[in-house]
Amino acid sequence: MPFPALRHARCAALLAALSCLAVVTSAAPALAQKAYDPGASDSTIRIGNLMPYSGPASAYAIVGRIEQAYFRMVNDQGGINGRKIEFVSYDDAYSPAKAVEQTRRLVESDEVLLVFSPMGTPSNAAIQKYLNAKGVPQLFAATGATRFGDPKAFPWTMGWQPPYQVEGRVYAKYILATRPDARIAVLYQNDDLGRDLLKGLKDGLGERASRIVAEESYEVAEPSADNHIARLKASGADVFVSITTPKFAAQSIRKAAELAWRPLYIQALVSASIGAVLRPAGLDNAQGLVSAAYNKDAADPQWADDPGMARFHSFLDAYAPDVNRGDNSVVYGYGAAQCLVEVLRRAGDTLTRANVMREAAGLKGYTPDTLLPGIGITTAPDDFHPIEQLRLMRFEGDHWHLFGPVIDGDLRN
Amino acid sequence: MELLLNQVLAGIATGAIYACMALAVVMIYQAIDHLNFAQGEMAMFSTFIAWQLLQWGVPYWGAFVITLALSFAGGIVIERALFKPLGNAPVLTHVAGFIALFAIINSVAGLTWDFTIKQFPSPFGSSPFLGSQLISTHQAGMIGVTLVLLLLLYFFFQFTRIGLAMRAAAAQPESARLVGINTSWMIALGWGMAAAIGSIAGMLIAPVVFLEPNMMGGVLIYGFAAAVLGGLSSPFGAVVGGFLVGIFENLAGTYIPGVGNELKLPIALALIVTVLVVKPTGLFGRAIVKRV
Repeated sequence: MPFPALRHARCAALLAALSCLAVVTSAAPALAQKAYDPGASDSTIRIGNLMPYSGPASAYAIVGRIEQAYFRMVNDQGGINGRKIEFVSYDDAYSPAKAVEQTRRLVESDEVLLVFSPMGTPSNAAIQKYLNAKGVPQLFAATGATRFGDPKAFPWTMGWQPPYQVEGRVYAKYILATRPDARIAVLYQNDDLGRDLLKGLKDGLGERASRIVAEESYEVAEPSADNHIARLKASGADVFVSITTPKFAAQSIRKAAELAWRPLYIQALVSASIGAVLRPAGLDNAQGLVSAAYNKDAADPQWADDPGMARFHSFLDAYAPDVNRGDNSVVYGYGAAQCLVEVLRRAGDTLTRANVMREAAGLKGYTPDTLLPGIGITTAPDDFHPIEQLRLMRFEGDHWHLFGPVIDGDLRN
Repeated sequence: MELLLNQVLAGIATGAIYACMALAVVMIYQAIDHLNFAQGEMAMFSTFIAWQLLQWGVPYWGAFVITLALSFAGGIVIERALFKPLGNAPVLTHVAGFIALFAIINSVAGLTWDFTIKQFPSPFGSSPFLGSQLISTHQAGMIGVTLVLLLLLYFFFQFTRIGLAMRAAAAQPESARLVGINTSWMIALGWGMAAAIGSIAGMLIAPVVFLEPNMMGGVLIYGFAAAVLGGLSSPFGAVVGGFLVGIFENLAGTYIPGVGNELKLPIALALIVTVLVVKPTGLFGRAIVKRV
């Protein structure tokens, strides 16, 4: 206790302030309470973000550009409850070390209210502990790893897209419903993506998990997945689940076709892009592939008259006319940004970090313009996985065709 | 037995990739006595040039020849501009130079052509070769090209004046200079040839692994392993080493439980260490005796 006098003085000041506050509140109960944490004020809300603008994952950075453009539109329309969004987005080059450094800068020097939509599992894993220790929201982390929805251990971290485990459960439900006696082969990337999705698949299959007759994992440093496919074919499987990132997904699709192996081919949605995966692999080779979706496909003519997608397109026309609309990341950025704006709108004048998390955990069936009909965003204090539903789709001709109902993969069941 | 045969065949098919790359590694090692860490990225960049030419409508073999010429010139330019000034600097300086080159080429390629995968055509097609689904005509073609390349190199180094001069410049720089060989230009020539061979490797590998800025990362490590196994001073050894690494990797993946999945890449690295400890010259390399 080095400065007892000072402590007393401080206590006294605090008491005085509190009593003042009490007087004010009791005197004017109708006046709305305003409460701010760093980054929020009467005129602005400062939001931090990390994107791989350079480096190997720079293709994803389009998400950051779209989010930036979306906030510009919101500002032009008057902002959120009269406050302008200030979007501070830094390059982390998809490197966890850089992500930590830039996050410190966002929190300690830029004093952002929250860190929104940081990109990628490695970067999010690297900054998760720091942000939780500081009590700064890591909101709508752009990754499907299941660990970003664990409110008990990390109350300041929430993902957005369907967790990979949910996706695995959805595929399991589909396999159980259509091919209960399947012999299943799995190829998975040896990281969060692969292990999470495989776990979801096994949990979903339950006692039928023994129907998985062959499992192969690969490292991203491997030149090619070809030999894995040859071995998986040799297992005699008639269902193949490919939990792969774009390059390996394309190699697998092509190799399976070369080997004339024609199982029920399920491709994890991270690599369901037509332009980035199926076209390089050869559209002929990709016929009949099954995958899952939660976003509307901006290139799909069936959404031509959809009011949500009309808003999406008019936004792009005005604020990002040069982007490739077939890129899934564009739809993703729009949906995530819209969802954040909704949370901040609901937070009203209480722009504290705790209140932002409370609002984020209180969404009940909210639907951004870009989600498929029937899929909504639902969260709760014990449910930090906003999207837990998917629809299946099959690749025919040169398009994905949605089929079947919305499938729920809720991880709490 | 059938599984064994299939896995050996599949290993040969992947081995062809490593053999191609190992040949380029050995080529540069012959000329400068170092491993060039940027070799893979140079090959990748050459392949992107070929891809760009194809996009512009140049026919395949036209693009092939232009890329070869550009890569050869590019290799010489890199040596003249970057490594000649380093001259007799310590090995570590060179290593730093190689790593810088690696990062620069990788980023420039990413900036120019972005990081999404691109399809690269094969001149040989991709139908099954002789009815075997495990080796496609492209992979057979690749093995063929590697062997032809090896033969050409052999004749070049054994029977042509300039090839002999290059060997002399690498083995005995002092004496070579005394008999009138311009050793400095021989090194530049070595860089040019290594870059050209790398570009062929890149154009043959890209149809299998898809073209993207990081396509050579893993390949180069296996290429190093192959070159070390075969002997860094022997082009023939490099090719044999490439096939052996491919087969070994595949068989270990199939028959040693647990290894197949998690430990595939460490196998290549373990191989490098083992060979360096047990037989530093590799299977076919010459022991280099330095006079002191």
